Amino acid sequence: MLHIVNKSPSERNTLESVLRIAQSGSLLLIEDGVYAATRGNAAEARLRAAMARLKVFALLPDLEARAVADRVIDGVTPVDYAGFVDLVAEHPSCQSWL
Amino acid sequence: MTAAGPKKFMFVNRKAPYGTIYALESLEVVLISAAFDQDVSLAFVDDGVYQLKKGQQTKGIETKNFSPTYRALDGYDVEKLYVERESLEARGLTADDLIVDVEILGSGELGKLMDEQDVVMSF
Repeated sequence: MLHIVNKSPSERNTLESVLRIAQSGSLLLIEDGVYAATRGNAAEARLRAAMARLKVFALLPDLEARAVADRVIDGVTPVDYAGFVDLVAEHPSCQSWL
Repeated sequence: MTAAGPKKFMFVNRKAPYGTIYALESLEVVLISAAFDQDVSLAFVDDGVYQLKKGQQTKGIETKNFSPTYRALDGYDVEKLYVERESLEARGLTADDLIVDVEILGSGELGKLMDEQDVVMSF
């Protein structure tokens, strides 16, 4: 399953819940969710630990808009909008977490 | 989606009942899905577990108490209700505090169940 998170980990517990529950598949960070993919943020350690189970992607236009594209954690793959579509198409199901 | 056979739908509820409209909206969609004879299950995670708390009295906030609806779900063949154990425990609740019988699952078990669904909707 592709898990999609669009909220900052400092504002909501969405990412925390996804990292606790998701067992396999991929995680795509979009909108304010991309802050979780940046070096030095409070959720970095938990995100890194989850990378053993989940492939992690972050939407590049959202990283760029927030001036954090140069701070992406190693192992997180930036994707453009076409990459977003590919991810949705490649996974049997997806969940946009609210 | 093809027309062949029912799909497995899971509705993931993560919000407390009255602060936002999400919990009520989720129930509406659950009932619609059940009316279309789909294989429907509900998961309650994080503050979503508060939706099932026994003894809700909403007269004072002049809002419809929709918690009895969870008890009526089996009449619509919606019988699979899952609650994440970690969320329940983090709120000082047990199964006895809930208005319906549910299956309590650990985070990992719930995650595996999500992976088996055709459609997962988050509320």
